[in-house]
Amino acid sequence: MSDARSAILAKMRSAMGRKADDVERKAAVADRLQRSPRGPLPARGQLPESERTALFQKMAEAVQASVVRVASRADVPDAVSAYLKSKNLPATVRMGEDARLAEMPWSAQKHMEILKGRAENADLATVSHALGGVAETGTLMLVSGPDNPTTLNFLPEHHIVVLEEADIAGDYESVWARIRERFGKGVMPRTVNMITGPSRSADIEQTLLLGAHGPRALHIVIVDKG
Amino acid sequence: MQITSPGFKENARTALDDAPLQRALGNVRKGFIEKRAKASAALPEFDLLRDNARDIKDHVLAHLDLYLEAYAEKVEAAGGHVHWAETAEDARRIILEICRQKNARTVTKGKSMITEEIGLNDFLEEHAVAPVETDLGEYIIQLRGEHPSHIIAPAVHVNKDQVEADFRRVHTHLDPARNLEEPTTLLSEARAVLREKYFEADIGITGANFLIAETGTSVIVTNEGNGDLTQNLPKTHVVVASIEKIVPTLDDVSQILRVLARSATGQDMSVYTTFSTGPKRDIDPDGPEDYHVVLLDNGRSSMLGSEFQDMLRCIRCGACMNHCPVYHAVGGHAYGWVYPGPMGAVLTPSLMGVDKSGHLPNASTFCGRCESVCPMRIPLPKMMRHWREREFSRNLTPATARYGLGAWAFFAKRPALYQAATRLAMAVLGRLGRSKGRFSAMPLAGGWTKYRDLPAPEGETFQAQWAKRRTAA
Ligand code: SF4
Repeated sequence: MSDARSAILAKMRSAMGRKADDVERKAAVADRLQRSPRGPLPARGQLPESERTALFQKMAEAVQASVVRVASRADVPDAVSAYLKSKNLPATVRMGEDARLAEMPWSAQKHMEILKGRAENADLATVSHALGGVAETGTLMLVSGPDNPTTLNFLPEHHIVVLEEADIAGDYESVWARIRERFGKGVMPRTVNMITGPSRSADIEQTLLLGAHGPRALHIVIVDKG
Repeated sequence: MQITSPGFKENARTALDDAPLQRALGNVRKGFIEKRAKASAALPEFDLLRDNARDIKDHVLAHLDLYLEAYAEKVEAAGGHVHWAETAEDARRIILEICRQKNARTVTKGKSMITEEIGLNDFLEEHAVAPVETDLGEYIIQLRGEHPSHIIAPAVHVNKDQVEADFRRVHTHLDPARNLEEPTTLLSEARAVLREKYFEADIGITGANFLIAETGTSVIVTNEGNGDLTQNLPKTHVVVASIEKIVPTLDDVSQILRVLARSATGQDMSVYTTFSTGPKRDIDPDGPEDYHVVLLDNGRSSMLGSEFQDMLRCIRCGACMNHCPVYHAVGGHAYGWVYPGPMGAVLTPSLMGVDKSGHLPNASTFCGRCESVCPMRIPLPKMMRHWREREFSRNLTPATARYGLGAWAFFAKRPALYQAATRLAMAVLGRLGRSKGRFSAMPLAGGWTKYRDLPAPEGETFQAQWAKRRTAA
């Protein structure tokens, strides 16, 4: 296949009237990849933390996610349990190995069953911990791995996502900066999911319907900074 | 996919007489325009972001060879494989080879216009691999044996009762007496049927909205989540993408995402924007074990440096067709190939040759709405004009049009004669049409008056009115 590669690159260079060893162009590319300059950011998300959280909630609700806020990590299991009850769901959730989730007092929830690992087709509800949120559009950002397997985001009917208030940024770019810090510049985990509301389709006569292939419902539990 | 663009006029005529199609096209006019207007108005920086999105892509196109090399290096560093395909045929062969290596019998597919462009489904079927489209709209048209008529709403030409009939015809394992009246029941049925397919599939094929050079990442943007199940459940994920999908960095892609969904569906963000880099890591409990990217050229490299280079900025949002009066009237199939509407009228001749698609750049009223809504600020009307010029100089324009234009040129170069002749014509037409103010039939303009009335001239030429105003002032 290296033949096709050289042929395509050669065709492009001749169409552009450029040579491969064009020093200036190489420098321009290296510079942009190194610096990753930011473009204009919408003023909407550039807010102090408390207002940012409120905007995140408003934007997420506008795309049919449900949002609750709790005072501390210890309150998350209660919130999850209340959500399951309100939807008449069995008291069973599946989650990954995320240490923040593991430390929560799940055992205080009587009759609640916690399944671990990647999602199964029959799972009705799963719990993930988000890496961050973006207030601008009410978007969650999740990364793959044993802590929060990606299938948890897509297979269940109900996806419950825990998000720390401190992790809500104004814009996507700030979350990318965090991901670069964590994984290294130019390195990504297998999957990063930006999720903005529950799954939907408008493919039948342009009528909006929720729950196409992914979760029918997205429930976000925000842990306040306190 | 077989190209029927040479029959555009015939296609258009059939489309105009197709009552269910005309009913379905009403949904395009109603929904998309209003939603885009609302979403763009709600973001004060929208036009600034459009400028920046254009600049990012212009920078990429001026350095495309280098960014592609940087991208490929990163994919390989993350454990993925990159395949380069000069033509559609090469791409099909590469994908089939991967299928054979994996002994694949079933592949699930996320929505991808590039796999339409290379005619992948028919090809796989001919070679005993069953492709299953998982995007609801794509699934519907696959059941109907059709092709998408819109780049983001592939089944926009289909009505609900047609979907119901198709589901009854194909899902024969389900109770024939079931109630499918509500769109929600249709959606649930498709969800249940396709769920099984994700788990059965040996390979998941997706397209890519973007390829990120900084990290070797492919990005898909969906609302349904089908693309994610397609790429996470099977053992192998194959991405098929064309070379111009490159963006430099995660910051750059964030910029373009801000204008994509707003222009396409009027959402601030699509539900799922997914960034995939290489196969699953050893510690990952899910995700594909193998990750391949097929990079398709298929004529794009020769658009670089030409008057059509700007077209390579296109992010396939569909806004140009959503706002196009010609698309509203005839729908997407009339254009005769994969890409309809204004973007198709420019791209199809570039990729398939103007000899096969010379009618398309003429399928325009030059109202300019497409350019005014294009998030990437692509000068679509100007490029359609370029094709018309090329077509004219290559002698491909039908003899009557050439004759007419030649006659016009003769007069236009002789202003006095031109004015005299047009004054005469206006007076005649004005008198003839006076009774109703419009013509429903006119010799030599049958193509126009067959479907609409031609307004009768008011009786004076523009030039005469202009002269009068100037002397009055
Ligand atoms: S040409 Fe512009 S408006 Fe049309 S699909 Fe491409 S980006 Fe969107």
